[in-house]
Amino acid sequence: MLKFGVPLALAVLLGVFLFVGLQRDPSYVPSPLIGKQAPEFTLPSLQDPNYPVASKELAGKSWVLNVWGTWCGGCRQEHATLMAIAKTNAVPLIGLDWKDDSAAAQEWLRALGNPYAAVASDPEGRVAIDWGVYGAPETFLIGPDGKVLFKHIAPMTMEVWTKEFLPRIQAANAGNAPTGG
Amino acid sequence: MTLLHFSRFARAVLVALLVAFAVPALAIDTERAFDDPALQTRYEQIGRELRCLVCQNQTIADSNATLAQDLRREVREMIAAGKTDDEIRTFMVDRYGDFVLYKPRMTPINYLLWAAPVLLLLLGTFLGLRIIRKQAAQADTDGPEAGQT
Repeated sequence: MLKFGVPLALAVLLGVFLFVGLQRDPSYVPSPLIGKQAPEFTLPSLQDPNYPVASKELAGKSWVLNVWGTWCGGCRQEHATLMAIAKTNAVPLIGLDWKDDSAAAQEWLRALGNPYAAVASDPEGRVAIDWGVYGAPETFLIGPDGKVLFKHIAPMTMEVWTKEFLPRIQAANAGNAPTGG
Repeated sequence: MTLLHFSRFARAVLVALLVAFAVPALAIDTERAFDDPALQTRYEQIGRELRCLVCQNQTIADSNATLAQDLRREVREMIAAGKTDDEIRTFMVDRYGDFVLYKPRMTPINYLLWAAPVLLLLLGTFLGLRIIRKQAAQADTDGPEAGQT
């Protein structure tokens, strides 16, 4: 029994671990910020550096922070989705233009449309580090109490928006915020 | 050209190629960050402990991804500001999670991870001893008949 049973059990266990491991995306790193207060920032606006974009001004309502850059292919891929989301007026979309050339970024918004209520310019990537950003595009949902409710790492899709973001926005606006992923 | 000559030539070419391609892999972060050798050593050590999350199997000292450069800058500034190594690690973990550390911390969630090698060693020893004992017992009983086959 021991002769075959134990190695078989171990092999099956190892197989389960490897199988589960195959299903997981190693490039997805869960954010430790979920459920915590969102890091505050004040950065110059992309369009007018004299005008500051401050996270404090958004306190009291749900909002979305979308990290993007013109160098980022996934950002171009999700742009049309962001435009469609912006049209619904569900929440303000705030852009964080991460380590980017300001002129190129402005040209991008002129050419593809501007889904953002405001775009903060972070050429040195310091605010991005505070938010634990490691690859664009990343999209955060922040609740009315200033807590990070959700983070999506990958281009935004309508499916992710309706499944993950909208229910959390509704719950947060209703006063009880489920957190996650 | 004899075969011997050719193989020498080929070896020389091979060595030259290896040397040529080895050079760019030597170091990414070559500039000294600190004049004080103690601070420089700390800087290099911490850089080797932190994972570059864009290029996951590299440390931020090994990588030239822009994020790794930015994180090295943060580490430099924190060392210059007199922060301790633990404060710097906490800064990184608060933002990027435990995954950013190559050496996991001793937190309750990581106890099993730390204990696993010891547990597996004990399990292996236990199973090994059982098998050896069993075979020894069998050998003893088989002993007298051994010569008869």
